Order: sequence, then structure tokens, then C-alpha cells
Amino acid sequence: MGFEIDYLAIAPELILVATIVMVLVLDFVLPRRAKYFTAIASVLGVTFAALPLLILAVDGGSREMFDGSYTVDTFALVLKGLFIVAGYLVLLMSVSYIEGDRYYQGEYYFLILCSILGSLVMASSRDLIVLFIGLELTTAPLFMLAGWRKGDMKSNEASLKYYILGVLSTALMLFGMSLVFGLTGEVSFDGIREGIGDAAAGDASTALGLAVLLIIVGFGFKVSAVPFHFWAPDTYEGAPTPVTAYLSVNSKAAGFVGMLILMYLALPGASNYWAPALWIMAAASMTIGNLAALRQQNIVRLLAYSSIAQAGFMLVPFAAAAVSGTDLSEAFSATVVYLVIYSIMNLGAFAVVIAGARKTGTGDIDGWAGLGSYDARLGVLAAVFFFSLAGIPPLAGWFAKFVMFRSVMIAGGVSTVALAVIAAVNSVIAFYYYARVVKSIWLDGAPATALGDRADTPAGSLRLALIIAGVLTVLVGIYPTLASVFGDASRVLAAG
Amino acid sequence: MDLLNDWGLTAVVMLPIAGALLMAAIPRAQEEMIKRLGLAVTVVTFLISLALLFSFDFGTTGYQFETNASWISAINANYHIGIDGISLPLLVLSTFVMVLSVIYSWNHWEEPRNPKAFLILMLILATGLNGTFSALDLVLFFIFFEVVLLPMYFMIGIWGDKTVRKIPGFARETETRLYAAIKFFLFTLFGSAFMLLGFLALYFRSDVAGERTFDIPELVAIASNTPEVFAGRFGWLVFGAMFLGFAVKVPMWPLHTWLPDAHTAAPTVGSVLLAAIMLKLGSYGFIRISLPILPEAAREWAPAIAILAVIGIIYGSLACLAQTDLKRLIAFSSVGHMGFVMLGIASLTDVGINASIIGMVAHGLITGLLFFLAGSISHRYHTREMARLGGNMKLMPILGGILAFTAFASLGLPGLAGFWGEFMSLLGAYNPAEGLSLTVFRTAMVLGAIGTVLTAGYMLWMLQKVNLGEPSVEWENHEFHDVDRFEMAAWVPLIILIVLVGIYPRLVLGATNDSVVSLVETAFGPSVTASLGG
Repeated sequence: MGFEIDYLAIAPELILVATIVMVLVLDFVLPRRAKYFTAIASVLGVTFAALPLLILAVDGGSREMFDGSYTVDTFALVLKGLFIVAGYLVLLMSVSYIEGDRYYQGEYYFLILCSILGSLVMASSRDLIVLFIGLELTTAPLFMLAGWRKGDMKSNEASLKYYILGVLSTALMLFGMSLVFGLTGEVSFDGIREGIGDAAAGDASTALGLAVLLIIVGFGFKVSAVPFHFWAPDTYEGAPTPVTAYLSVNSKAAGFVGMLILMYLALPGASNYWAPALWIMAAASMTIGNLAALRQQNIVRLLAYSSIAQAGFMLVPFAAAAVSGTDLSEAFSATVVYLVIYSIMNLGAFAVVIAGARKTGTGDIDGWAGLGSYDARLGVLAAVFFFSLAGIPPLAGWFAKFVMFRSVMIAGGVSTVALAVIAAVNSVIAFYYYARVVKSIWLDGAPATALGDRADTPAGSLRLALIIAGVLTVLVGIYPTLASVFGDASRVLAAG
Repeated sequence: MDLLNDWGLTAVVMLPIAGALLMAAIPRAQEEMIKRLGLAVTVVTFLISLALLFSFDFGTTGYQFETNASWISAINANYHIGIDGISLPLLVLSTFVMVLSVIYSWNHWEEPRNPKAFLILMLILATGLNGTFSALDLVLFFIFFEVVLLPMYFMIGIWGDKTVRKIPGFARETETRLYAAIKFFLFTLFGSAFMLLGFLALYFRSDVAGERTFDIPELVAIASNTPEVFAGRFGWLVFGAMFLGFAVKVPMWPLHTWLPDAHTAAPTVGSVLLAAIMLKLGSYGFIRISLPILPEAAREWAPAIAILAVIGIIYGSLACLAQTDLKRLIAFSSVGHMGFVMLGIASLTDVGINASIIGMVAHGLITGLLFFLAGSISHRYHTREMARLGGNMKLMPILGGILAFTAFASLGLPGLAGFWGEFMSLLGAYNPAEGLSLTVFRTAMVLGAIGTVLTAGYMLWMLQKVNLGEPSVEWENHEFHDVDRFEMAAWVPLIILIVLVGIYPRLVLGATNDSVVSLVETAFGPSVTASLGG
């Protein structure tokens, strides 16, 4: 093996690094009015970073570097593809939004590209150190991005809350990881998996339990699962909306991927510790997230609680499989499929929120009354994304819910069926608040002041983001094989 | 007609949604063009379904016009569609009522108008309905079953009843349409979430014969070849899960409470489509999926279903007698009529299931027409309060005449379509499948027979209030125009069919009987037919 570098395998990361440097340099040399070139450079950079992914996917096979610490296999590739597409959509949403503020455009793109780079690293990580670096590279830039609207107190609150809780969770997770290292003497996932059996059997089982729970707590913050969700609604509301979209999709997905590969590849031997914890987190996230979402007036806060509830749904397959002790590979692929579909439709929903907030001038759900009557296209898209989040066929969300239920039914057993029933009841509750947004847009009458000066169309880049997300949401819903490819790819991990 | 084999059924399912996409591209101002497109799409769909009907081979019991293409390979779910004698009448009913609805809509647009959006929703609805009646794969069935919800939600929510009223449990006064739309959706969603769990449970048990499958004919084959696979507690639970999904849709007492609200609040065409076609999705699900795949569980559940069905019949009739709103009365009458349909299914005999299918078709024709009439009446009087409507016969004799005819059909007058479903389902209940409790079913039969008397009671009472007597003084200076040509064009075909099915029930039974007998024989053994003679 050794330490020679496979340049093709890390070409996406290298292209992103080059783009990051270029954005910084461009920001330095460009005159103020031409700063938007940094946006164009970022979008192009991310587009080019996707090309080597295609080459690698066609090439197939698994490429390992640094003694297997950094692996580019089909699983890593599909996740990198997801992170890049999601990052691309967020960039498209950002362009007009950030241009309006007229400050620090270059830095904005620099930070968000760094975060995307972190998530790419994360997908390839196969040891604790790379995992940690990837995760923190994803999160750290977001502390600053959340406070981007510096004149707004809420944005400051968002940033501070996120920062303090984020750092705390990082510290806890690092402590847990160091305990794992101490117990097994290994940082690579393979090494830990082999060493964990002895640790669990010996006197150190308490320490192992503590380590696993600390790691879970750390990841719980990252994916905003109950009871580690308190930062999410305030941060989501205060942060600029494109950043919120990024937080609720890329950063959450990165957290999920990190948690799952760690549990799946390194700690399956300790599942008696983490399985009940995940079960409780799943049930609590679904229920509390949904009940809190019912009472929201602000659409971004509604999406914040909805994303907490969705995190609960995403935890269900893994929790169910682990609790009942069945094969985890099915659950793993179900979670990945859920994650992919969730990313697309949630980004679409946020794009609608950005466009709709511009049009109506408010983030209040009631303020969106009658939007469908003066902007039918945006209204239709809003219905598509929100009903898809609710899991109504034939929109993509149904398949996510379907694979989730399917993996639970594979597991079988009383506690898992109980979780399935909780999930089924919750998906009905969830429908109510998603439908409330659609109801406001289509069923309520428009206020007399609705039209007039607000009748502008969304910027071209935002429109592109809406179209991409909308088309994908409908296509995946009608022909779910498009998404199940991701699930199949994640089975590679099981074989490897 | 070999061509029909490959694309005929797919065209019936997919043509409407293709039409909806095309319509979305036409600017809203081109109203005439939009309406013509809507009519053209529904008429062509209907004609293709007629072509299927005429090239249907009534001599065999298997599925015809089958298409089976790979769809979601990861879970072995396929685009598998096909029809047999059970689904054929319902499919044709669906495409037929859709045409009439477009014709009726032509100059009856409820506020806030927008024919483009309304017709697009209708076409999406058509795809969902036709698809459900054709689907032979559980996942596909589930998708079509759910596709129906969205258009109906918007139809009720946007064009529905705008009366503001106080709804128990709500802090503020709410518009009826908003309450009805969300209630309809939540009830159905609740049921179908459990239905999906049931489907998945079947899928995971189906790997005895090799690969796991969602395919309905394959699952039926597993159930009849190796009955122990879906038997026992497992089957009982799965039947219960699917029961929730289907019973909400039928709707069976006590899961019916969404229906009076949704039917009353929906715009006329929405109520017609709900009553005439959508309610049948639930009872069709019982016949297509629950009974043949889980025959043993069906035996255990049958008495419960029969009891709930009879409660539905009696409760629906009594509730009708307490109504003051014409549309709400018709809505509650659906609860009663669907009770007869379910009683027929619960008997698990070929007579009973034939009864339920002809009952569904008749209810579709009759109640569909009743909702058209109620819509036209409230369109003219701007009220549906029966107390204010008296003497309609003097103001609008043709409309009143059609109303009287339909009411008689609805109360099950022999010679009209409604009679056969009720009569045969009571006959089925008199002699249920072997092993079912005679006491329960014969009591159910007697109570059902009392229900028919009550039905006659409230229908005549409704006629007396609406049609007879002197017109109220408030209408003295009103100019009422009787039935117009669009209404005539939509209603006359229904009237003709009600009479035809009434005097010649073989029109429906001829198609269904062979398939039903084969279904009952595979699921419950051949002894059932013999027991009819005894």
C-alpha cells in the first residue's frame, strides 16, 4: 500500500481546493462591482469537480490510499455526487441572495466551498482522524456563515448558539473517539472492528459504552436529533436562507454519513450500546419534531422542525435493524436512499422559501396566502416539494418513506414494529403541517395588497435550482430506480 | 385487436395524465381550447376502454390486456397492469363518469372558476382511478390509490363550500371547505399508512416461492398453493392493517366521518367523482387484494365486517332522516349503500361478491346522478336547505322528475339498477360461506332488510320535502331555468344505464360472474357454490 497518492481518486477534492484558492485570489483582485465573478467561479468549480466523479464511476473498483484511511469506492462516489449536487444547488440559491447584501461575497463562497470539501473528505474517510477532520471542515465554516447577516441580531444569535453547542458536541465526540482509540489501540475502522470484541468482553465494557454514547451525542448535535436539537430552530431562522438550506441538507447529511459509517464499519460489535440510543432518538425526533412543527408560524422554523422530524425518520432503519440484531446492510442502504431523496426535496423547499419570501415579503405562513393565484408556477413547485416531504405519491418522498418502512419490516420484532407504528402515525401528523403551507398558498385568498411591486420573478440561478430540484423530485417519484442506485452502491460497503 | 393487448390498458391509465401535462402548457385565457382538450382526452380514454370491453374475452377468468414491465427493480416492484371481469365494469364506469363530468362542467364552474386548473386536477384524478382498477402490483396499486388524494384535496379545498361555520374542536370559525379537505386527506392517509405496512408484510413473507414479490397474481398463487404462509396471527394482523386502509376509503362505520364533510363541501363534480368512483377503490381493494391473498384471515374478519356493514346501513339511514341539507343527506345515503356492498363482500360467496360489484356500479350511476342533481339544485336556489326547497316540481318539472326517478333508483326499486346490489347482498348474507356464523349473518340480513325500508323512508321523505308541496314565497319573483343541454347530455346516459342495468343485470354480472366464481373457488374452496343450492 504505502503512501503514494492516486491523483485521479482525489481529483474532485483537488479541483475544489484549486477553486477555493482561485475564489480568494479573485476576491482580492476584483473591483467591488465585479465581485459576482467569485460566484461564477464557485459554480464552475463545483461543476468541474463532478467530472472526475463520473470518470471514477465508469472506471469502477475501489481505490485506497494512506493504508486504507482514505478510500474511494462506489459508496464514497455516490455520496460525493450527492454532496456536490446539493452544494451546487445551494450555490445557485445563494447567488442572488448574497449579491443583495453587497458585502464579503468572496469570503462567502470561500467558506461554503470549504464546507463542501469537508463533506467530500468525510465520504471517503475510513479512520477516526480523517472522519473527524472531514466533519469539522464541514461544520466550522458554517459557524461563520450562520452569522452572515451581521446587522441582524437574530443572525448573531444563530451563529453564537450554533458555535457554542457545536464546539461542545465536537469536544464530547472527540473524547468518545479517544476512548475508543484507548480501548482498541486503533484508529482505522477495520482495526477498531476487530479490536472491539475484546474491549466489549473485558472489564473495559463500561468505558466502551461511555465512548459510544459520547460519540452518539456528538453526532446527535450534527444531525439535530432530539434531544440534541435545541440549536436548530433558532439557527435555521437566523441564518441566511441559503445557509439554512445547506445546514439542513449537506451538513446534516454529512453528519448522518459519518455516524452511520462509524457505527456500521467500526462499531457493529458495540451495537448493544448504540442501538437503544438510536431507537429512542428516532422515536423522540419524529414525535417532538412533528408536534413542535404543528405550532410554527414562520416557514423557516417550520422547515427546521420538519428537518428534525425527518432526521428521526432517517434514524429508523438503522435503529430498527440494530435493535433486532438483523443484518445492517439493508438498513444502511435504506438510510442512504432516504438521505438522497430528502436532500433533493428539502433543497427544493428552501429554494421555494427564498423565492416566495422575495415575492410576498414575509416568512410568515399566513403571509403567503393566495401565492398560487398570483404566481401559479411557484405555487405548483411549493406543492410539489412540501407534499413530497410529506411522502405523498407520486412525488419522490414516498419512496423514501417506503424504503424506511421496508427496512423496518425486514427487521421484524416487537420493538421494531412499535417504531414502525410510531413512524406511521408521525407521517400522518407531518402531513398536516406540510399541507398547511400548501393550504395557505392555494386555498386561502390573496390579500388585496398582494400584487403590485412584488411581482418580480426569481433570479435566473434560483430558477435553475428550482427546476433541477423539481424535475428530480417528480422523476424519482415516478421512477424510483433512479434513487435506489444509491442504495445499491452503499451495499458495496457491506461486501467490502 | 392485438394492438389493444400491448397499449390499450396503458393508454386508459396514462392518457389522462398526458392530457393534463399538455393542458398545463395552454395559456389560461384559452378557455375554449382547454375545455375541448379536456373533453377530447376523456372521450378518447372512454372509447379505448369501450374497445377493451368489446374485445374482452368473457370466456376466460384470467387477466387480460396484461402489461408487465420492470419498474423498481431494487424491490421487485413492476409496472404490472391487467383487467379481469371484476375490474372491467369499474374501469369502464370510471372513464364513463369522467366524460359526463367534463360535459356537465362545461358551463358549471364554481368559484373561483379557473377551468384549466380544475380540468388538470380531474385528469390527474382519472389516471389515479383507472390505474387503481388496473394495477396488479401492490406498490403500483398503492401509488395510484394515493395519487387520487392530491387532486381531490385541491378540488375540495379550492372550489369547495365557502360557508364559514363553527366547527367543534376549533377555536375559530373555519370555512367548511378547508376543514373538509384536510379531514378527508388525514383520514385516508392514516388508513393507507397501515395499508402500506400490510403490503410490506406480505412482501416479506412471499419469499417461499423464490424471490420476494409485490405481484398480486403471484401472491394469490402463493396463498392458494401454500396456505400456511399467510395464515394464522400474521394473516390476521395484515388483514387488519389493510382493512384500515380500505375501510376508510369505502367508508365503513365508524371510519366514515370524513365522508359527509367531504361530499358536502366538494364542488358538484368533485362530489360526483368521489361518490361514483373513489369510494369503490376501497371495496375493490377488499375484493382484489384482501380476500384472495388472505382467505383464512378473511374468514375470521368476515363477521366483524358484516356487523360493521350493517351498523353502517342502519346508521346511514337514520342519519339521513336527521339531515336538513340535501347534499349531506345524499352523502349519508352513501354510507348505507356502501354498507350493502361490504355486507356482500363479507359473505365471502360468489353471490355476495357479485352483489357488491353490481352494487358498486349501481351506486356509481345513481349517487353520481344524485350529486349532479343536488349540485344543479343548489346552483339555482343558492341553498341546499330542504326546508326552503319545497315545490320544486312546480318550478322545474324536468329536474324534479329526474330527481324523483333517481331517488326511486336509489331506494332500490326493482327494475332499476339499485335493486340488484341490495337484493343479492342480502341473499349472500342469508347463506354465507361455509364456516361463517349463520346467526351473525342472518341477523345481519334481517337488519339489512330493515335498512332497505329505512332507505325508502328517507328517500321518499326527501322527495316530499324537495319536490312536493307549494314553492316557498321567497322564490315568487325568481326566474328558474329548467335543465339545460349540458346537464341533459350528462344525465341522460346515466338514466339510460340505470334502467338498462335494472332490467338486464347481466350487463354487469355477465362480465363479473366467471371471475368472481373463480376467485371464490381459489380462495374459499368450491363447496361454496354448492352450498348455495342447499
